[in-house]
Amino acid sequence: MSTSDGKFGRYGGQYVPEALMPAIEELEEAYERYVLENGDGFMDEFRQRLRDFGGRPTPTQYAERLSERYGRDVYMKREDLVHGGAHKLNNALGQVLLAKYMGKERIIAETGAGQHGTATAMACAHLDFDCEVYMGERDINRQRSNVFRMKINGAEVTPVTVGRGTLKEAISETMRDWATNVEDTHYVIGSVVGPHPFPAMVRDFQSVISEEAREQMRERAGTLPDSVLACAGGGSNTMGAFAEFVDDEDVGLYAVEAGGSSLAVDEENGVAPNSASLSTGGEGVLHGARTKLLQDRDGQIMESHSVSSGLDYAGVGPELAYLVDGGRVTPVTVDDDAALEAFHRLSRMEGVIPALETAHAFAYLEENHEDLGETVLVNVSGRGDKDLESVIEETEKRGIENAPDMSMFSGGLR
Amino acid sequence: MSRIPEAFANGPAFIPYLAVGDPDYESSLAYVEALERGGADIIELGLPFSEPVAEGPTIQNAVVRALEGGMTPTRFFEFVEELDVDVPLVCMTYYNLIYRYGDEDANRPRAFVERAAEVGLDGFVVPDLPAEEADPLREACDEFDLDLVFIVAPTTEGERLERIMEQVSGYVYVQARLGVTGARSDVSAQTDESLARLDDWDVPKAVGFGIKTGDHAERIVAGGADGIIVGSALVDIVAEGHENGDSAEAVADRLETKARELSEGASRGFAQRPPHPERT
Ligand SMILES: Cc1ncc(COP(=O)(O)O)c(C=O)c1O
Repeated sequence: MSTSDGKFGRYGGQYVPEALMPAIEELEEAYERYVLENGDGFMDEFRQRLRDFGGRPTPTQYAERLSERYGRDVYMKREDLVHGGAHKLNNALGQVLLAKYMGKERIIAETGAGQHGTATAMACAHLDFDCEVYMGERDINRQRSNVFRMKINGAEVTPVTVGRGTLKEAISETMRDWATNVEDTHYVIGSVVGPHPFPAMVRDFQSVISEEAREQMRERAGTLPDSVLACAGGGSNTMGAFAEFVDDEDVGLYAVEAGGSSLAVDEENGVAPNSASLSTGGEGVLHGARTKLLQDRDGQIMESHSVSSGLDYAGVGPELAYLVDGGRVTPVTVDDDAALEAFHRLSRMEGVIPALETAHAFAYLEENHEDLGETVLVNVSGRGDKDLESVIEETEKRGIENAPDMSMFSGGLR
Repeated sequence: MSRIPEAFANGPAFIPYLAVGDPDYESSLAYVEALERGGADIIELGLPFSEPVAEGPTIQNAVVRALEGGMTPTRFFEFVEELDVDVPLVCMTYYNLIYRYGDEDANRPRAFVERAAEVGLDGFVVPDLPAEEADPLREACDEFDLDLVFIVAPTTEGERLERIMEQVSGYVYVQARLGVTGARSDVSAQTDESLARLDDWDVPKAVGFGIKTGDHAERIVAGGADGIIVGSALVDIVAEGHENGDSAEAVADRLETKARELSEGASRGFAQRPPHPERT
């Protein structure tokens, strides 16, 4: 599964400023030694901390009412039950622990929805590291509760004001910090993106999701799922949920992207009203890797859009791009309104309040369950507590029909 | 055919950088021409990319202004054609723009290099393209006789130096300190160490990152650099003029004056260098 040359077919690679290359080579060595070869018992310690600190394994739960609704068996892999409320901890804990094995002194990270920042801040508090998190100004406003959590865990949160103030700008800013402080600092990248070895390493840390799910499905259902659904921003919960199923050719893998308000693009203003880089993007080089990107004719990166900040990114992991080209992963899209509806449906029917990112996967299930086989596994990448403010606001603004009456909170939750 | 080697033939090379199209096409033409009047030996022309990860705030903002002013790769090539200067020109940009240039079935990245050669560019600096990923661009540059400049950072050592030495041509860009671009009030001691590591390379060594004054230029050239690269200190002048609503002529005059200060500083530094018997 791993990649020896840092490439997934034509994708991947190491496109970064020269100042970072030695750090990336050092990380590559550490990845091979500690992660792939369990040097000094790194993976044992990681697994143990995932259990004791992280609360793993998470259950694979049978979704009774959804199963009834769709006339098929729906299972949910409950990554929302991981400490911190999202799959992001799997990776953050792995990388911060790796930084400790490498003798680094300082951790930096970027975050979109704030979940990765929160997970990194928690892992840093747990393992006693200084932590600085870059976050777009727009995302800070959308995800205030996570900003509080990062600060409470002792992290410094640095707003990024350039561009649209979302994940893309935060990643660029974190790379600048890394280029300045590369000698003692590790950059905990938040998804399966960036230069090699990040995409492979983050996938390995996240593949615990499908490792457990595969086992649990065998036990619970006596069979592997016919399809696995996961939302795709950068694609870390996606790759985590898919990794151990890739060789099971009968299992359909669906990467659900944010269709935003439309799949059309505004070339003139360099804006894509979606974040569907697997479905609509072209090949290019961004943030250290060759992958599929939302870009204009000239190769300028577009501003992406999604109601969920964790999906709001113009790129995607190179391995996903590769699996999509090879036909192993099917990229699909769901628009903002459908995601909001799915958010309310799942909360109401199953008592699980999903992250807005996750809600995209359930929206796809609602619209396409007939094509997904008898047994469907949906990865619940995170819980929706962080999204309550935006959900109330967006639900009202858009007149989402299946939502409860929230008028008593209008403008008042702050 | 690259004219870069000639630029180092008679003393130190002063290599200024500006983001092309900052803040608009016409002013930018005047600004680049002013740099030549001020003594530029080579000019680095920045083709703005939307995600300039190697740049500090000064150049980031310049890139935003240029993009808002409508700069594109196509316009950039027109700009180079229209430019009335005689010194060698190096295109500084990020790999995605080079890679994406041309229509659907263009031969990438050759199409970009071919067009660059056509308009009279002499080489490239691509800060997000390390030597490991550079073969396709290197081949295209060889085909059209253009130079491919690489950056050596303070962290670059050992095998990486060898790899870069094999790929580099024109000059090597010696990054004076860690970090991103931006003018600083002092010049780093890392520069001397970096220069020492490249002592036996047979391409000229141009130092950049943080050079702001004629005195900095003097010190760096006296310390053994064959050239100095100055970006942010010049872009600051453009930014200030833009913010104050100054005329393009006034800003061009200031750029010329600053360029002269830097290029004279470099010459003073050269005069202080001990004669180097083994280097002819
Ligand atoms: C709960 C949740 N799901 C999904 C994502 C999207 O990231 P990825 O595609 O890397 O899993 C995020 C990102 O912040 C998230 O917080």
